[in-house]
Amino acid sequence: MLAVFAAGALGALLLRKHDAAANIWGNCMAIIGSGAGLLISGAALFHGTVPAFSVDSSLPLLAFSIRIDQLSAFFMLVISLVAFFCSIYALDYVRHYYGKYSIGMLGFFYNAFIASMIIVVTAQNALFFLVAWEVMALASYFLVIYERRETASIRAGSLYFIMTHAGTAFIMIAFLLMYRATGSFEFADFRDGMAAASPLVKNAIFISALIGFGVKAGVIPLHVWLPSAHPAAPSHVSALMSGVMIKTGIYMMVRIYLDILPGSYLWWGLALMIAGSISSLLGVLYALSEHDLKKLLAYHSIENVGIILLGLGSALVFSSFGMTSLAALGLAAALFHTMNHATFKALLFLGAGSVIAATHTRNIEKYGGLIRLMPQTAFFFLIGSMAISALPPLNGFFSEWLTFQALFQGVAGFDVVTKVIFILSIGSLALTGGLAAACFVKAFGITFLARPRSEQAERARETGMLPRVAMAALSLLIAGLGLFSGLVLRTLAKVTGSMANLRGVESADVAQFKSVSLQNGFGEVSMPALFIGIIVASAVVAAAVAVLTRKRRTETGPTWDCGSDLTPRMEITATGFSRSLITISRGVLRPSSDTEIEYHDASRYFPRTGTVTMGLHDIYQTFIYKPLHDLTTMLAAQVTKVQSGNINVYILYIFLTLIGLLFFMDLQS
Amino acid sequence: MNMAAIPYWLLQILLIPALSPLFIGVTRRIKARFQNRRGASVFQPYRDFWKLFHKDEIISEDASWIFRVAPYLIFAVTLVIGASIPLVSTGLSNTLTGDLLVVVYLIALGTFFLALAGIDTGSAFGGFGSSREMMVAALTEGGLVLSLLTLALISKSANLTAISANIGSLSFPSFTPIILAFISFSIALLAETCRYPFDNPSTHLELTMIHEAMILEYSGKRLALMEWASANKYLIFIALGANLFFPRGIADSLELIPVILALAVFAGKASLFCIAIAVLESSIAKLRIFRLPDLLFTSFVISVIAIGLVN
Amino acid sequence: MTADAVVLASNKDQPLYPARKKITNLLTKILSCPKTLVDAGSFDDGREISSLGRELEEKTRKLFRRSLAIRVVTAGSTNACEQELVALGNSYYDVERFGVHFVASPRHADMLMVTGPVTRNMREALVRTYEAMPTPKIVVAVGDDAIDGGLFKGSYAVLDGVHNVIPVDYQIPGDPPSPRRIIGSLLTILSDLDGKHQKKT
Repeated sequence: MLAVFAAGALGALLLRKHDAAANIWGNCMAIIGSGAGLLISGAALFHGTVPAFSVDSSLPLLAFSIRIDQLSAFFMLVISLVAFFCSIYALDYVRHYYGKYSIGMLGFFYNAFIASMIIVVTAQNALFFLVAWEVMALASYFLVIYERRETASIRAGSLYFIMTHAGTAFIMIAFLLMYRATGSFEFADFRDGMAAASPLVKNAIFISALIGFGVKAGVIPLHVWLPSAHPAAPSHVSALMSGVMIKTGIYMMVRIYLDILPGSYLWWGLALMIAGSISSLLGVLYALSEHDLKKLLAYHSIENVGIILLGLGSALVFSSFGMTSLAALGLAAALFHTMNHATFKALLFLGAGSVIAATHTRNIEKYGGLIRLMPQTAFFFLIGSMAISALPPLNGFFSEWLTFQALFQGVAGFDVVTKVIFILSIGSLALTGGLAAACFVKAFGITFLARPRSEQAERARETGMLPRVAMAALSLLIAGLGLFSGLVLRTLAKVTGSMANLRGVESADVAQFKSVSLQNGFGEVSMPALFIGIIVASAVVAAAVAVLTRKRRTETGPTWDCGSDLTPRMEITATGFSRSLITISRGVLRPSSDTEIEYHDASRYFPRTGTVTMGLHDIYQTFIYKPLHDLTTMLAAQVTKVQSGNINVYILYIFLTLIGLLFFMDLQS
Repeated sequence: MNMAAIPYWLLQILLIPALSPLFIGVTRRIKARFQNRRGASVFQPYRDFWKLFHKDEIISEDASWIFRVAPYLIFAVTLVIGASIPLVSTGLSNTLTGDLLVVVYLIALGTFFLALAGIDTGSAFGGFGSSREMMVAALTEGGLVLSLLTLALISKSANLTAISANIGSLSFPSFTPIILAFISFSIALLAETCRYPFDNPSTHLELTMIHEAMILEYSGKRLALMEWASANKYLIFIALGANLFFPRGIADSLELIPVILALAVFAGKASLFCIAIAVLESSIAKLRIFRLPDLLFTSFVISVIAIGLVN
Repeated sequence: MTADAVVLASNKDQPLYPARKKITNLLTKILSCPKTLVDAGSFDDGREISSLGRELEEKTRKLFRRSLAIRVVTAGSTNACEQELVALGNSYYDVERFGVHFVASPRHADMLMVTGPVTRNMREALVRTYEAMPTPKIVVAVGDDAIDGGLFKGSYAVLDGVHNVIPVDYQIPGDPPSPRRIIGSLLTILSDLDGKHQKKT
């Protein structure tokens, strides 16, 4: 399978002179590779086979060791699934880049990106993992700056590069701590040896892993690279980055906290839950204020990562109290939401890509009326919007239900602080669900409904067949995951059961096709019943009304507008739609509004033009990153004093160092 | 499910759409009395719907299939919710869709499509109606979920019918969290059913509309469905308030006499709720829109306190 | 919700009512008919309204007997008729008890009441309002101005009556017609519709 990707990457590079050939070769290889990945991971999940493959070598960095256990298989399945459909989409989408940028390079980095992600989730050796992690970061960096003539892309890429390497530094600290405790770099040895580590070491590992993988996952306040980097990449790559690359961070968090480190502390879970609540709330609030369609979707990824962290945090809290079956429930909720988010975020990004390619602008304010010009894209985007707003009967609803149930179980019977944090998490999850629905009413409504607001929107055309096939397949997958939630949950139970801390534990839920309920009888939901109920009720109502009103006519006429001419400027704008919510949360968002008026030369009483610029202050830059930046610059300025430029001083330094070394060696022996 | 229960299930599903216009009529009549008028008959909404079903329709040229489909979907969602909540008997227990989260999110589904239908026609009123509706709906969900959660924690189950059965058998001293949760729930009720102080259901000023603004473009049978669905939502919330927080009087079996008695008790409780809401609407003014989040956060905080008081 | 929520107007001199009296006040208010209401039988029987004889369809007749939604358009009127129309909803005349209510959008309306002589600037708006109403619909011209231009007849700025712009079904004369006459005319129109139906069958 990896050979296929390698062939795809190199072939695309070799073919870079011919755009179309490179495009087809690169994407077809990616499709075949993803298909193979699907088959392998499917076999691992459902048949319980654990393929392992390792090549030892004398150089520790090249110890190639892969093992596909249940958790890895699950993530590999998610990655392959999304990559499969994104590649199908890309076959048609990449045509927009013919003649402008190098398609061969795109194919090369794309295949490398997918291959590295698969290795990241299956690696079993810490150094090999870091190599794959770095390859993934580099490949995605080059994909982010793919449109290299846009300065925004270059800046986004630089920010991404710096942040991801800062994260990698923390990950390396975590791995080095584990190496010190156990003496080897293999994950299997970590698992056995960490029991003996001191609590201080475990806490340090927790914090550094949280920061390191949090940068990749997009936890607030480490998320600053996400809203610039994801929109800058080509849309199918954005779908992959937002859908699955973020999840590799989650994967390692799950691996380290529940698999490698035995037992967890209470404050770990609470910290994760607090981080999750803040991420989800702030993510969706920032998404509400965005007009760039892809940036809006990127902020929603931050929000959904917050929801996943809520599930994961509750799992850690339960496992610290020894309630392992509830911990399995929390973990299942987090993993299910991971998969769901990958599917609907990919669908939304692919839809956004089609819209942007058709209208050549990313600004929502210029869209409108696209539902008539791009009907199928609109329908698939609607399915994606309904799924991300957690509306029944789609899959997003079920994973939020499951997360809620995990949190509900935590409210009863803990000490006060834990209880309060659980209650506040439930509140923030409910609030997030409502705000996400508001944001997607805005995104879908202003993009597709009413009349076109600009000439670009009027001239849009529907995309080709392949992108629509890819989006249709993803929509079917979303509906299927919703309908068959019970069965999927049963498979997830196998995954959660394979974690070292939760081995052999039965999850606290009873999952069948017909319904999913908790073992203590607290909650129960039946997704098939919801599906059937809504569809049957709508059909019955439609039939009854049709019979009742069979003699009535229906005509069309202009929209009622109190007798004046309707222009597109009278429709609701994205700014207006969300301004009330932004004003309500102005304490957190700090909106700004600047007015500039240009007057006629004759007199200051006659304005010629007026411009109002509304924006948001970036509080992370002001309070976190700028102080860090200033501190670093100040320290560097102090160190500059060592460089005096005088060669005699430098020889003195060498001399002092030699003497110091001699003393040191003397003390040693 | 045995055959004997089928007539009761039919009663359950048809009860909400059959009775909802009556309670809208009752509320309007009491409000009219407060204004020293006689007011229309309590059966007037039935006549209004009948007339609307017999009128033709004019649909805007800018509207898409969402505008056409939304009324059916929203009405169907209220029917599904009606089948999931406890109305007359706890013997009609629906464990498939009767979870409290399912009901809350089904309501959100209806709101989602209502807001989309408002934007669809491209008129200025529909757009800002949708914007305000989503703002209020987003902030209400917190208080709504937490107040229902208080009840779920007290009765150790999130199934609405089971909550109703368990709370009916509680002793008096444990009522404090229930009362607090009820206060929080009633604020959420006023918000979701577009009553004062959130919205004026009978205003003509578009500048003050929230719910009405989104249906300004509907006519004929679709308007009837939208208004009926809104009436259904009103009765659903009243039923939740009456049967979850004060469930005495619900039948616990599926026999004819207890069910008929329970129906009468339900009608009585719902009338009391209608009177209370009408009195409230006649006494206070609508709040300015940026004061509404304060009220909704108060609802949230009260529920948090209520959960904290659950043992 | 207890009766204490009802805030009775109170100056500092007046004592606040005890709770029992408040509850009785509340029940009395809800259950009894207000004494200021004008009796339905005492309205003018509207003999003076004239129907322009347009043939109304069968279905129009039985539709609006119990439920009528009215949209009012002022096409350049002096607002005298509007004030009388506003008075229709007060506690003396209370037009709602007959099943008649005013709506905010022509899409929701059955009857279009037009006042004013239709100035040139309002012509387009009036036509669009008429076209935005779904059939079956009725148009009523209220006031002398709307019937033939009234006070402004012959002016260069008006079109001399609603019937020159949209087809009118009924007219209510008066400058302005009093609320009694308007309601009486409405009731006669409604029974006229019903009556035509009954006459035919």
